[in-house]
Amino acid sequence: MNAAHYNENSRPHDDRISTASLLAEGDIAIIGGGVVGCAVARRMTLEGASVVLIEKAADILDGASKGNSAILHTGFDAPVGTLEWECVQKGYEEYLEIRKSLNLPLLKSGALVAAWTEEEEERFTDIIKKGHENGVKDLLLLSRSEVLDLEPNLSENIRAAIAVPGEYVIDPWSAPLAYLLQALENGGQAFFNAGVRGGDFDGAYWLLNTPRGKVKARYVINCAGLYGDILDRDVLGATEFNIKPRKGQFVVFDKAAHKLVRSIILPVPTERTKGIVLFPTIFGNLMVGPTAEEQEARGDSSVAKEILSELHAQAVQKLPALTDIPVTATYAGIRPATERKEYRIIEDSARNWITLGGIRSTGLTAALGIARHVHSLLSNQDVEFKAIENPIVPHVPNLAEHLPRDYETPGYGEIICHCEMVTRREIHSALTAKVPAASLAGLKRRTRATMGRCQGFYCSARLAELTRGKFDEPLAVGEVDG
Amino acid sequence: MNHLPSGKWMADTLKDNRWDVAIIGAGPTGLAAATELKKAGIKRVIVLDREFEPGGIPRHCGHPPFGIKEFSRVMTGPSYARRLVGSAENAGVNLAMKTTVTSLGAQGTLSIVSPEGLGEVKAKRVLLATGARETPRSVRMISGDRGLGICNTGTLQSMIYLNNLIPFHRPVVVGTEIVSFSALLTCKKAGIQPVAMLEEESRATVRWPIYHAVYIFGVPLFLGTRIINILGDKRVRAVRVSDKNGDKREIVCDGVVFTGQFTPDSSLVRMSHLDLDQKTERPLVDQYGRCSDPSYYAAGNLLNQPVEVAGKCWSKGCLTAQQIVKDLNEELLST
Ligand SMILES: Cc1cc2nc3c(=O)[nH]c(=O)nc-3n(C[C@H](O)[C@H](O)[C@H](O)COP(=O)(O)OP(=O)(O)OC[C@H]3O[C@@H](n4cnc5c(N)ncnc54)[C@H](O)[C@@H]3O)c2cc1C
Ligand SMILES: Cc1cc2nc3c(=O)[nH]c(=O)nc-3n(C[C@H](O)[C@H](O)[C@H](O)COP(=O)(O)OP(=O)(O)OC[C@H]3O[C@@H](n4cnc5c(N)ncnc54)[C@H](O)[C@@H]3O)c2cc1C
Repeated sequence: MNAAHYNENSRPHDDRISTASLLAEGDIAIIGGGVVGCAVARRMTLEGASVVLIEKAADILDGASKGNSAILHTGFDAPVGTLEWECVQKGYEEYLEIRKSLNLPLLKSGALVAAWTEEEEERFTDIIKKGHENGVKDLLLLSRSEVLDLEPNLSENIRAAIAVPGEYVIDPWSAPLAYLLQALENGGQAFFNAGVRGGDFDGAYWLLNTPRGKVKARYVINCAGLYGDILDRDVLGATEFNIKPRKGQFVVFDKAAHKLVRSIILPVPTERTKGIVLFPTIFGNLMVGPTAEEQEARGDSSVAKEILSELHAQAVQKLPALTDIPVTATYAGIRPATERKEYRIIEDSARNWITLGGIRSTGLTAALGIARHVHSLLSNQDVEFKAIENPIVPHVPNLAEHLPRDYETPGYGEIICHCEMVTRREIHSALTAKVPAASLAGLKRRTRATMGRCQGFYCSARLAELTRGKFDEPLAVGEVDG
Repeated sequence: MNHLPSGKWMADTLKDNRWDVAIIGAGPTGLAAATELKKAGIKRVIVLDREFEPGGIPRHCGHPPFGIKEFSRVMTGPSYARRLVGSAENAGVNLAMKTTVTSLGAQGTLSIVSPEGLGEVKAKRVLLATGARETPRSVRMISGDRGLGICNTGTLQSMIYLNNLIPFHRPVVVGTEIVSFSALLTCKKAGIQPVAMLEEESRATVRWPIYHAVYIFGVPLFLGTRIINILGDKRVRAVRVSDKNGDKREIVCDGVVFTGQFTPDSSLVRMSHLDLDQKTERPLVDQYGRCSDPSYYAAGNLLNQPVEVAGKCWSKGCLTAQQIVKDLNEELLST
């Protein structure tokens, strides 16, 4: 089925719909602009479907995808033979394949699974075995002295480590932005401030209700992340899973810490979580986190002083030189965990609905793989599209510290954010782009502005001026009289 | 306020890049030092600053008292800044605005970036005068949401005095330093009514002006009280505080101003070959203000502990300039 064909078929139904309330129509409606929704939008557009992405927030990445560790996982420790493992592997491969053309960065940091106790070291055999079963063959056992040769600033208390050379660091925000952009450049559509509240399926088409009007589509993919269960309940009447929000807090260290360690320092993982990690960021900082805290609220990404101090202490314990390094920022992200460990990918083929639920802690890596999985699920239902030949490949601006930044090219106007060296030219493009920044947070994710050591001390006023009239939640709430 | 750069402040002077003295920072310290150097007959003096206009922090302190010692007049920050710039220009100082120093190299070699491109500045001596700023919320590790409306005094001042914009209507002000007093004055000027001033300690850091200000502005001062949680996901809607008895309560507000707790702007030093005092985060200097690489000097609020008012920074700038003159004339005793 291609777009033209679809339009003919859809005509009889148009009579029923008040055109005034129809926001958009397409083959596939994707609900949610997290990393998963963006990746699915890209994949299905490339496969030839007409795609409509609907997001309840003013911008993409308003849920779980706004705060993660940005590690591109090899899947060495994923549960063997699961769908999660498969999606992680496929996502990993595809990211490496497409990243150059989309201008997405990669920090080839490698990781060390570090053992600090005898018990942890004892688990190494199992970890290596699991890695091998998962197809990650280049794991390397390192003795204490080998670890310290590689990472001389780690605490002397280190006992041994497993090197995982293929674990990398990426830009957690530019990647999904690039995926969605590619969908849009090739004919996809996206609508914001359009949260889906309900919908009807007439046996052939869905009509989804949003505050901006109805969206008509043959297939619906629920990519609502932290709200995936609620969406299923609201629209399908039932849900097979319940989201159990799991917060992860982080402490970001000053850029001076970046040179202290090159690898991602992973703990020996437990059943429940990947544990507290010490890792470089693509923006040239060093971070520690995330915690794993169960909570009720899906939108509560507040931080807690005691936890942050505890994280800080743990980081200093592993990397003593951090004692002298100031903290730059603190933040938290929320994982869309469920009562079970695995991804909750559920197909309601009678109702042309697929739910991508519980993409808990590997979604940034797995998104491209999950998107391929969606395509194969649809193909299995004999939904055929004709893949686009020579799709347009957009470039996203580079924000990685180790690659040339905008300020290195003359004519940038002025540096606005001095700590992160963000130019007026970058701010301007982020505000006027095809998917423009619609909040200060969105602007941060697209430019790094205010993310640095002064946290906006020097540039917030200038940003308030440059973003006037652009955001629903403006930096300034009024003007000085007179 | 006009944000367009003035032609004479642009970086064309940089092309010929062998300088006697290069000064990083066009605040009171840097401008005072530059003027003093020129007056002492040093030929080639340049001040580099990343902002679009010179003057440093006083540019956005729209209130008096500035300039009493330097110009025997009571001035507001912005007019004081203009006066400093005028003196420097009259003395023949070169000013390169929108010019960020990105790293400090051995023997006075600076990497710079300006809208014209990347470059290098070489000088016989370099003076670091990058000033100090207030500690942000993150470093204080305050619990709670991270909505809009949380800032330092500096940001509040820039918004109001440079951009005529108001970030909130009813903030809580945290801290009782001199700068906290500035925060109250700035609010007053913009018609913002702070709902409370909080101080963790049992008494105000600077007593006289604070008690006086609280009285004049009608802002309740709560001593022994600290924020335990900031509420408001999109924008601040309240803070939870704990008082000296450990009793907790909520104060409804739409912003939080974290004042003071100054930290030197020493990241250039931290990332460089120069020695840094890890505790105070200030560059290590000898009695002349000279860094561990003797072609570098530091002065002003980058060095002062605690931070000083503009007048004191101005004096330190002049003094350090005199040391640099002696050094260039080979009259300085080695340490
Ligand atoms: C602390 C932490 C660390 C992590 N570290 C890593 C890592 O290092 N590597 C890695 O690969 N993964 C990591 N992850 C996992 C990854 O971030 C998640 O798996 C991923 O973000 C999930 O994306 P999503 O698109 O499924 O959900 P979300 O990002 O939550 O997206 C859902 C979107 O749907 C929207 N929405 C919800 N309801 C509706 C509605 N009714 N109508 C319209 N729109 C709606 C929301 O606003 C949101 O934008 C981490 C996660 C966390 C929290
Ligand atoms: C919010 C606030 C309010 C204050 N209010 C008062 C007041 O009311 N009265 C008073 O007397 N004092 C006040 N002060 C104290 C103030 O620090 C001093 O008055 C004075 O400005 C310090 O002078 P300085 O030259 O050392 O630093 P600054 O004035 O801070 O100047 C430093 C300059 O260095 C530049 N710079 C920094 N890094 C670089 C780089 N890498 N490359 C190029 N340029 C760089 C900056 O752009 C800046 O212009 C206040 C300070 C703050 C933060």
